[in-house]
Amino acid sequence: MAQRAIREYDGKALFSKHWNEYFDGFHYPFKSVLVTSGDELREKAKEHGFEWLNQEPLVVKPDMLFGKRGKNDLVLFRVEKPGDVTLEDAAKWIDEKQSHDVTLLSGQHGRLTHFIVEPFTPHTQEQEYYIAATTVGEDDVLYMSAEGGMEVEEGWDEKVNEVKIPINMNDADIEKAIHANIPQDIPDESKGTFATFALQFFKFFRDMHFAYLEINPLVLIGNDAHILDLVARLDDTAGFLMKDAWGDIEFPTAFGMEDQSPEEKAIAEADSKSGASLKLTILNPQGRIWTMVAGGGASVVYADTIADLAGVKDLANYGEYSGGPTTGETEFYAETIFDLMTRYPDERGKILIIGGAIANFTDVAKTFTGIINALEKWAPKLKEHKTKIYVRRGGPNYEKGLKDIKEAADRLGLDMEVYGPETHVTDIVRMAVENEK
Amino acid sequence: MSRLFTKDTQAIFWNNNKSAIQRMLDYDYVIGRETPSVAAIVAPTSSAKFEKFFWGPDEIMVDVFRSTAEAAKAHPNADVLLNFASFRTAYDVSMEAIAMDGQFRVIMVTAEGIPERLARKMNQAARDAGVTVIGPATVGAIAPGAFKIANIGGTIENIINSKLHRAGSAGLVTRSGGLFNELCNIISLNADGIAEGVAIGGDRFVGSVFIDNLLRMESNPDVKYMILLGEVGGTEEYKVIEAVKDGRITKPIIAWCIGTIAKHFSSGVQFGHAGASANADRETAEAKNQAMREAGIHVPDSFNDLPRVINEVYTKLYNEGVILEIEEPEIKTIPKVRRPKQFICTISDDRGEEATYAGFPISSVATPDTGKSIGDVVSLLWFKKVYPKWATEFIETVIKTVADHGPAVSGAHNAKVTARAGKSVVESLVTGLLTIGPRFGGAIDGAAKYFKYADDNNLTPAEFLAYMKKQGIPIPGIGHRIKSLRNPDLRVEGLKKFAQEYFPATPLLDYALTVEQLTTSKKDNLILNVDGTIGILMVDMWRALGYSEEEIDEFIESGTLNSFFILGRTIGFIGHVLDEKRLAMPMYRHPMDDILYDVKKAEEI
Repeated sequence: MAQRAIREYDGKALFSKHWNEYFDGFHYPFKSVLVTSGDELREKAKEHGFEWLNQEPLVVKPDMLFGKRGKNDLVLFRVEKPGDVTLEDAAKWIDEKQSHDVTLLSGQHGRLTHFIVEPFTPHTQEQEYYIAATTVGEDDVLYMSAEGGMEVEEGWDEKVNEVKIPINMNDADIEKAIHANIPQDIPDESKGTFATFALQFFKFFRDMHFAYLEINPLVLIGNDAHILDLVARLDDTAGFLMKDAWGDIEFPTAFGMEDQSPEEKAIAEADSKSGASLKLTILNPQGRIWTMVAGGGASVVYADTIADLAGVKDLANYGEYSGGPTTGETEFYAETIFDLMTRYPDERGKILIIGGAIANFTDVAKTFTGIINALEKWAPKLKEHKTKIYVRRGGPNYEKGLKDIKEAADRLGLDMEVYGPETHVTDIVRMAVENEK
Repeated sequence: MSRLFTKDTQAIFWNNNKSAIQRMLDYDYVIGRETPSVAAIVAPTSSAKFEKFFWGPDEIMVDVFRSTAEAAKAHPNADVLLNFASFRTAYDVSMEAIAMDGQFRVIMVTAEGIPERLARKMNQAARDAGVTVIGPATVGAIAPGAFKIANIGGTIENIINSKLHRAGSAGLVTRSGGLFNELCNIISLNADGIAEGVAIGGDRFVGSVFIDNLLRMESNPDVKYMILLGEVGGTEEYKVIEAVKDGRITKPIIAWCIGTIAKHFSSGVQFGHAGASANADRETAEAKNQAMREAGIHVPDSFNDLPRVINEVYTKLYNEGVILEIEEPEIKTIPKVRRPKQFICTISDDRGEEATYAGFPISSVATPDTGKSIGDVVSLLWFKKVYPKWATEFIETVIKTVADHGPAVSGAHNAKVTARAGKSVVESLVTGLLTIGPRFGGAIDGAAKYFKYADDNNLTPAEFLAYMKKQGIPIPGIGHRIKSLRNPDLRVEGLKKFAQEYFPATPLLDYALTVEQLTTSKKDNLILNVDGTIGILMVDMWRALGYSEEEIDEFIESGTLNSFFILGRTIGFIGHVLDEKRLAMPMYRHPMDDILYDVKKAEEI
């Protein structure tokens, strides 16, 4: 996967955990809680260390990876006037927001489940800043602005200074580059403090293997840093290096993407335990054309071609298996697909594409043994759904694999056509679609 | 570097991935390479020195080392590193190799999921060092008819079907490894195959990108047109468009970006590789296909339409005479069934007209007119080298010197006792030989080992003595029962004289003599004895012959020095056994009055 978003709460917790190591000279009062209901918040307030939930005015926001919460009217910071939200107000608001689905301005639709609750931080516009870092092309880029909040996004070009930091730049040059680019609008007496923070921020971004890190607004009151809003993505391939630094961090699914189905979860779990690659995304559970394709590139090409020739509505799933999965893994993957594709009837019948390019090293006969085992169990169901199967594959031992699967289909009475490398990889999609007409 | 690989390119393979290496060697054999494309294997935890692989119907050995540095030192011409380390270690392996100035020209990295920041560091370091990185997350690259990386192209059958065994005229660059293979097949069906192909890898940050490879292919005269298979996500295809527009690329390009499906799904679905995710409109497959089409690149209507476009461009170039007919080369075939050999022999061969010793017919070293001695035969069969005369004469001198030392020494005594028990020559001989070890005859090994240690570490004679005292070992090779400075051992004198006259240099002997000065000042009979002289002079001989210190240490460790004693003393033992047979002496029983009996009744516990 690589870049994956984390919750605002988890991002702030990471800052807090490493604060003393990176942010020398600044203080960060990490006061945040993540809750999934009003009651949980009420319970939290009884715990030692969370007395502030009863003592201070609060701010509540959903913490589910989407932005523009203010514009979506999903930030609670006032009842009558700003800074008067009590614990009970917050708990009730959470329960209310959770009681129905919401649709964001972006069109994302779903149910709110996670909320971050923090103290209301009174501050002036002058104390707000913007700071962010990410990777653009081959370089890191640090973004800094004297203005935080929504304003910065509206006047991006005039208000934001960008510092390009190549991967091999040394710390002294990074410091120089940042100092040379401190936004002019920051008052002179604050420039030094901001530059120090910016350098520390960049090192934290870099060393923690963030792919994207944005604080907007950042509020600096003297040496107190307040991270009012945070967006963060981590490079999850660095997980093995960062076990201790990240702790047990969660990578939630994007809001509006319904939580993964049990089948997708099962495949993801099998994938994580295997040296091979097993991926499954259900695009349309009632779709008519199901694919079981070997290889990351080939799977894309099949999806492209199905969308081109049959229309995207008919495409039921996207996925791939590759990297030499065992017979057992392939069987499990095939069974999952056969199960999914025989749940909803379609009077036109179903199409199953068992596709793949010419494998470099995967033993085709071995993986096909897994598919055949699954076919044996699911043949009655597949026939019931009038499934027409198209197979195309090449690679080590493919002759045996194709022969075996065809024999199995004949024996089981399945309607199957089988092709090898002499047929263009996606031509079976064309055949399947044309046979319909 | 207009060609990525040639028929002489050799690689060091990091990780003993036997099946991938075998596929490379099978490929080498089929295309008629003279040298194997894998020069050495790096396997950090292996204790093996080589690994056997099939070479056509035969077998060859490929060197195995524990570090890239050792492998590179032994194979300075191997300028490609195939880094098959896991995503955990691939970065470190690459960085070490990049830092080896001038060794590696190309590094291929197969691991998927190297942390992005590390991949970027690696790619930058390689760029600064002028090293081409292929990958990470790739199946590799191939120059048909010259060199192929690991598993790319799949099985030998597929390679031949896809015409990857000889150079065609297309240059191919893809992201995906699986589709690389597929495209080779398509190109072989619709054109004449490829001249060079690279799968750049599926991770977000890869070392060499499309443009790097296409610019090289532009300058490669074997490449007549190029095929690019891109993916949704990233902006690398725009660099190619720039190069076409500004004339850096003039050869025809056929291109297609896969992932047009992504437009139907706003977010959340990752189609294909980690690098494949559009962050902006211009990164979508449609936008890139359209932009390439507008730049004059041949872009099909769909992936399904790609074969037709390839055939069209190829046919046009063929009709224009840019591409010529390719003469199909003969293909060597690999036997279906191959059996690994149980034994390996690297010293002699009895398969030809006449058996050979290390490549020399026996007759060329055996008869007197050849002027060759036992020393020559030893140098051939023990060391697989033709030693110069002074060295073979020295070996012969050693063998003659150690042949016998009378009946009273323990080995000869054992041989005689056994012969008197009525046993055969061979039984009696081995009884004597089995006595040879750390105490009997072992001083040769010991002397070589400890004197060399002292010399290597620049110990003064006094420091050496102190060191040996600390070890609790008397200095091997020093001391004699009766001989002394005033009554020298003439065998020792003879060896020393020979060495001083004929050896190019005798540094260890010179050192040993300074040690002897010190020991004899303590006690007159603590002289350098014959075992010590032999062991020390052997080291001097090997040094003068150009062996490295490590190789000499290995000779000592493996008991090579003792072998000279075993060989020489066998002559004497056989003499004693034959003597016993001739004398027909009866069974020997040791006189009881020569034994101290001190047997106490065992206590019960």
